[in-house]
Amino acid sequence: MTAALVVFFVLAALAVIGAVSLILQKHPIHSALSLIVVMVALAGLYLLLGAEFVAAVQIIVYGGAIMVLFVFVIMLLNAGVEEHTSISKMAGAPGLLLVVALAGFVAATIAKSTESVQAAPQTGEIASTLGISNMIFKDFVYPFELTSFLILVAVLGATVLAQREKS
Amino acid sequence: MVPTNYYVILSAILFGLGVFAFIFKRNIITIFMSIELMLNAVNLAFVAFSQALGKLDGQVFVLFVIVVAASEAAVGLGIIILIARNRQTLNVERVDLLKL
Amino acid sequence: MTAFLSTNAELVITVVKIALLLFIVLTVNAYLTWFERKVVAHMQSRWGPHRVGPHGLLQPLADGVKFLFKEDPTPAGVDKFVYYLAPLLALALALTSIALIPFGPDPIRLFNHDIYLGIAPLDVNIGILALFAITAMGVYGVALAGWSSNSKYPLLGGLRSSAQMISYELALTMSVVGVLLMAGSFNLKQIIEAQAHHPERGIFGWNVWPQILGFFCFFVAAVAETNRVPFDLPEAESELVAGFHTEYASFKFAMFFIAEYTSMITVSCLCSILFFGGWLSPFPASWTFTHYLPSAILIPFGLWVIWDGFRYETIFGRLILPGAGTVIAGLGAVFVLFPNVNEFIQAPFWLLSKIFVFLFVYVWMRGTLPRFRYDQLMAFGWKLLLPLSIVNVIVTSFVILARMTWGAK
Repeated sequence: MTAALVVFFVLAALAVIGAVSLILQKHPIHSALSLIVVMVALAGLYLLLGAEFVAAVQIIVYGGAIMVLFVFVIMLLNAGVEEHTSISKMAGAPGLLLVVALAGFVAATIAKSTESVQAAPQTGEIASTLGISNMIFKDFVYPFELTSFLILVAVLGATVLAQREKS
Repeated sequence: MVPTNYYVILSAILFGLGVFAFIFKRNIITIFMSIELMLNAVNLAFVAFSQALGKLDGQVFVLFVIVVAASEAAVGLGIIILIARNRQTLNVERVDLLKL
Repeated sequence: MTAFLSTNAELVITVVKIALLLFIVLTVNAYLTWFERKVVAHMQSRWGPHRVGPHGLLQPLADGVKFLFKEDPTPAGVDKFVYYLAPLLALALALTSIALIPFGPDPIRLFNHDIYLGIAPLDVNIGILALFAITAMGVYGVALAGWSSNSKYPLLGGLRSSAQMISYELALTMSVVGVLLMAGSFNLKQIIEAQAHHPERGIFGWNVWPQILGFFCFFVAAVAETNRVPFDLPEAESELVAGFHTEYASFKFAMFFIAEYTSMITVSCLCSILFFGGWLSPFPASWTFTHYLPSAILIPFGLWVIWDGFRYETIFGRLILPGAGTVIAGLGAVFVLFPNVNEFIQAPFWLLSKIFVFLFVYVWMRGTLPRFRYDQLMAFGWKLLLPLSIVNVIVTSFVILARMTWGAK
C-alpha cells in the first residue's frame, strides 16, 4: 500500500459515506451537508490526480456557490423533515434494481476493457492550469462562449421565475 | 499510483447512489441534490481518464459540466421556490396536478 | 528518537510550524481585540480598557478566562450536530487559510534544513485559488449557525450572511483577475515577485497603482466577506440582537469571534500580497540605509516601554514591562549588529507592517462608518462593485495585450 493508495481509499470511503448519508438523512440540510462532504472528498481526489485547477474550481463553484444556494433555499423555504408515503417506499425497490443493473453493467465493462484501462500509461506532470487555459481559449473557445450565453440565459430565467407577479 | 480502475469504480458507485437517491427521495430539493451527485460522479470519471490518457480534454470538460451545473442550479432552485410558493409543499408526491 | 527525527524531519518541522503559527495567530487575535477596543475608544474620546494591567494589556487574558468559565447553555430545539459543527467549521476554515500565506522568500537554515516562513510550500501552483476555496467554504459556518439555532434572529442573520457572501464573492474573485493577469500566475510568491521587476521604483512598482480600481473592489468585497463594519448585517445588533450567533455562548461564541478576527488577518495578508508588494520594501533598492528602519523603530519603542513600566508600582510595571522593553530594544540592537539577520528580517518586517496597517484600517472603519441597509448592500455589490471589477479586468487585459503587440516598455 503506497501513501497515494491510502489517501485514495480514505477519500473514496468519505465520498461513499457522504453519498449514502445523503440518502439516509431525513432533513434536507443534513442531506446537503452530506453532499458537501462528497464534493470536498472529490476535490481531494482531483488533487491526487494532479488536477489542481479542477479541484479548486470544484470547491469554489460547487462547495462555495451551488451548495450555498441549496442551503440558502432550504433555509428560505424552511423545509422540514421529509415524509414518505407507502407508495414512495415502494419506489426504493425499482431504484435498487436499477442501481444493481447499472453497477453490473459498469463492472462488466471495466472487466472487459481491463487491458486498455489498467495499462494506461501514467504520464508525468502536465502543467494543468496553463494547459487548461490554453485549451479553453484556443481549442474550445466556441463552447466556452456558448457556456457564457447559457449562464446569461440561466440568470435571466432565474430572475423571471423568482420575481413575484405585480398585482 | 492509484490504478484508473479504482477511480472508475468509485465513480460508478457514486453515480449509482445518485440514481437511487433520485428515485427514492421525496423532497424536491434532495432530488435535485442527487442530480448534482450524479454530475459529480461523472466528473470524477472524466478527470481520471484525463490523467490516464495524459490529455487535458477531460479536465476542460469537467469545467463545462460545472458551468452547466451552476446554471441548472440557478434555474432549478428558482422553479423550486415557485413550487413551494404555489403549493406550500416540497414533497413531490403532493405536486401531482398540472394546474391548480 | 533521533532516528525518527532525521527520517521524518519535514513532518516534524511542519508540525512545529503549525503549532507555532497557531500560537502566534491566537495571541495576535487576542491582542487585536485589545487594539480594536483601544483605538475605537480613543477615536470616541474614551480610554478603553485600562483596569486590567497597565494600558489594559491583560484585558484579553481576562476575556479569555471569562469565555472559558461562562455557562454554556444549549437552547432547546436546536439541531445538535449542526449547532456544534458550525463554530468548529468557522474556526477551522479561518485558521486553515492562514497556513497558505507565505511570510518571507528566504529560508532559515537550521539543523541542515531550509525552513521557510509559512506552512504551505512556496510553490503551490494554485495558491490564491486555494485561499478563495477556503473562504468560499466559510459561508457555511455562519449560515449553518443561523439555521441550527432554531430561532428567528439567527435564521435571519444566517440568510443575510449567505446571500451577502455569495454576492460579494463574485466581486472579490473578479477584482483579483487583473493582478493575476499582470503576474501570469496563481502562485502568491510569483505574484509578489512580479511586482519587483523594477527594484529602483520601490513603492511605485506595486500593483496598487495600475490596479487601483481592482484594489478598491477587492478591499470592499473582502470587508463584506469578513462580515465587518460597514457590512456586518449578519450580526446587526440593533435589528437582529446578535445575528447568527445569538444563541451561542461561552467558548462556542469565542470560536466565531476568533474566526472573524483570523479572517481579518487573512484579508490583510492578501491585500498586502496582491496589491502592496507583499514583503517588498517601499523604498528603491538603492536606499540601503532603509534596512535599519526596523531597528530604528524597535530600539526607541523598547526604551519607551522600559520607561513606561517604571511608572507603575506593581510587579507588572517593575518587572514585566521593563523586561519586555529590554527584549524589544535588544532585538533592535541584534538587527544592527548582525547584518545577516538584518537582511533576513527585512521581508517579514515589511509584510507584517503592511498587515498591521490594514488591520488598523479595519478598526478605523469600524470607528467611522455606519452600517449599510440591506437593500443598499445588495445594490452596491451587484450594481457597482461587480461591474467595476469586470471593467477592471477588461481594461487590464487590453493594456496587457497592447503592450504585448506593440512592445511598449
